Amino acid sequence: MNWSSASEFFSMGGYGLYVWGSYIVTFICVIGEILLISNRRRTLEKRYSLIHDLNKKEMPNETTS
Amino acid sequence: MIPIFSFAAIVLLVAGLYVGFFVAPTDFQQGEAYRIIFIHVPAAWMSMFLYVVMAFWAGIGLAFNTRLSSMFATAIAPTGAMFTFIALWTGALWGKPMWGTWWVWDARLTSELILLFLYIGFMSLQAAIDDPRRADKAGAIIALVGVVNIPIIYFSVQWWNTLHQGASVSVTQAPAMATTMLMGMLIMVFASWMYSIAVILKRTRVIILERESHTAWVAELQRKETV
Repeated sequence: MNWSSASEFFSMGGYGLYVWGSYIVTFICVIGEILLISNRRRTLEKRYSLIHDLNKKEMPNETTS
Repeated sequence: MIPIFSFAAIVLLVAGLYVGFFVAPTDFQQGEAYRIIFIHVPAAWMSMFLYVVMAFWAGIGLAFNTRLSSMFATAIAPTGAMFTFIALWTGALWGKPMWGTWWVWDARLTSELILLFLYIGFMSLQAAIDDPRRADKAGAIIALVGVVNIPIIYFSVQWWNTLHQGASVSVTQAPAMATTMLMGMLIMVFASWMYSIAVILKRTRVIILERESHTAWVAELQRKETV
């Protein structure tokens, strides 16, 4: 074990700003990318269901399986 | 497929961070600052590797007119750009305490910056062209021309006298670092791979749905989901 206390862990031997600055920005990028893709997918699904609803209104006799 | 890779990415990430922060010892020269390596090196490797994969699929799409390969290339670009950015960002934060500067115009850093511009150029060009098939072709050309930059990045530390250090890990020689440090780094590399595969597959699916919206199978899928 390298660390005797939590504050020692967070200070990273005086390099805390650099080490945590790297890790936090990386974490933000990764989470951001995942959220962006999910959002893109959800927008698409919404738009498609909207189109589908319109189609249903236009063709009331269409049988949906 | 996507849940498997996502799960593997999370497990490897936790394991890699554990080894990186709690098992790997303090570096005798750099103190704790070297722990940036656990994201810097995987990100830099991924940035180059993903570019080659992207150019490969873009090239296949260009040569054989296969739509899916072009869509796959398009899906890779943002993830590759993200890793390039992370490599540059963590490099700057590592350079400041070790070299005394955030940035220096040396061969390794400059060629990696050019890689970021290539990714951005690829994405902007594709976004600027309305017809997706023409966008694929134009993007493929920029991607293929840009491949020339990859060996330049890789060998820059040998060809020029750079501030950036040479490779600590190579296929032919024993790595010049402690085993636990290397282990932590390699686990993080695998985590990045799994993450990239999961994210790129997910983005590919979205792109397919976007582009194939006119086809019958997407309409069919939509019907099933809404009923």
